[in-house]
Amino acid sequence: MSTLDLIYALLKGLEVTLVLTVLSMILGFVLAFVAGLGRLSKYKIVRTISAIYVEVIRGTSLLVQLFWIYFALPILGIRLPAMAAGILALGLNSGAYGSEIVRSSILSVPEGQNEAGIALNMTRFQRMWRIIMPQAFVMMLPGFGNLQIELLKGTALVSLITLADLTYQANVLNASTLETTKIFGILLIMYYLIAWPMTKGIRWLENRLTVGRY
Amino acid sequence: MWDWNFTISILPEILSALKITVLATVTSFFFALILGLILTMLSRVRIKSIAMITRKFIDFVRNTPLLVQLYFIFYVFPQYGVALEPFTAGVIGLGMHYSTYLSEVYRGGIEAIPEGQWEAAKALNFDRANTWTKIILPQAIPPIIPVLGNYLIVMFKETPLLSAITLVEILQTAKTIGANSFRYLEAFTIVGVLFLLLSYPSSRLIRSLELRLNKNR
Repeated sequence: MSTLDLIYALLKGLEVTLVLTVLSMILGFVLAFVAGLGRLSKYKIVRTISAIYVEVIRGTSLLVQLFWIYFALPILGIRLPAMAAGILALGLNSGAYGSEIVRSSILSVPEGQNEAGIALNMTRFQRMWRIIMPQAFVMMLPGFGNLQIELLKGTALVSLITLADLTYQANVLNASTLETTKIFGILLIMYYLIAWPMTKGIRWLENRLTVGRY
Repeated sequence: MWDWNFTISILPEILSALKITVLATVTSFFFALILGLILTMLSRVRIKSIAMITRKFIDFVRNTPLLVQLYFIFYVFPQYGVALEPFTAGVIGLGMHYSTYLSEVYRGGIEAIPEGQWEAAKALNFDRANTWTKIILPQAIPPIIPVLGNYLIVMFKETPLLSAITLVEILQTAKTIGANSFRYLEAFTIVGVLFLLLSYPSSRLIRSLELRLNKNR
């Protein structure tokens, strides 16, 4: 097979990889805020639940979680299709790591900002939404940028639960053509090319949001 | 549902595979420590082209999946006559991947050394090798030990990936047990719990080490 044919055959997996990345990114983003804010809640029960979620996910490994959700959950009566299992595992994972970014960014906004909000008679929600969050969000961006790259790299693992992503296609192609060097070389470059606009995009957003700040 | 008798019966087999997991982690970590330092040095040499190629290499490795790198090492190298055992290929892959992360950590440590230290070394007529080994590294390494420790834990949690290149570590063992008995629940849960039991206390330990280190300054 020519190089072009190989690229074309590999691209069949691109859609799965991209869909998986985007959907688990959204799930992870939401979970990161829920758990990150949860750990700063005034209710102990909310703090405990958030902490358990974050520590359990961060303490085990992504592949183990993926296998657990895909192979072990059906025994408890919950049977998820491979795609859903992949999104759930990747989303839970990036949510747990993201919550630490959310939490530490919020904590690094100077206390005086909060006090000024109180002095201006703002409610707790107003202080968080209008004072703390806009400042914390800018600080979160570099962290989230790295997290998206980790997430993209993590999507390669779903090939091990039979989901037909880029890596899976590469394995299939490798078995049938034996052009190993070319296939895995192209595959590496493809992932690099997907990651590239992601890093650029986050940097662009960072510059936009820090305009006029110092 | 959950079967305790079955759990107890498979526990010894999974625990014995833990040896491979730990051995792979430690070996890869030392490999990453050394390669990471070499990468840091190379990205700082005065010859621009070498420094640039090193940075591109770091960037490329960091932005591509470890799993694909493992496949590359395990399947491509034999085509050129270098057949690697799963363990060796795994250690090279995992170690190389994280050496690019560690090189950033070293870089941070080295950049934190005040310029005056370099100047003092020059004033005292230290050559380059002595400047690095006697002045810079002894000051740059201790503050970054907790960060290095965190990466040791991260690498420990990445070892299940080596099952994809047929290394029989704990996840692979659990998978085999699951496939033979059609009971995946117990086997995979044990693996998850083992990871949690080992990595959570370690990360707490490193956290307290970090706090103590910061207090002394």
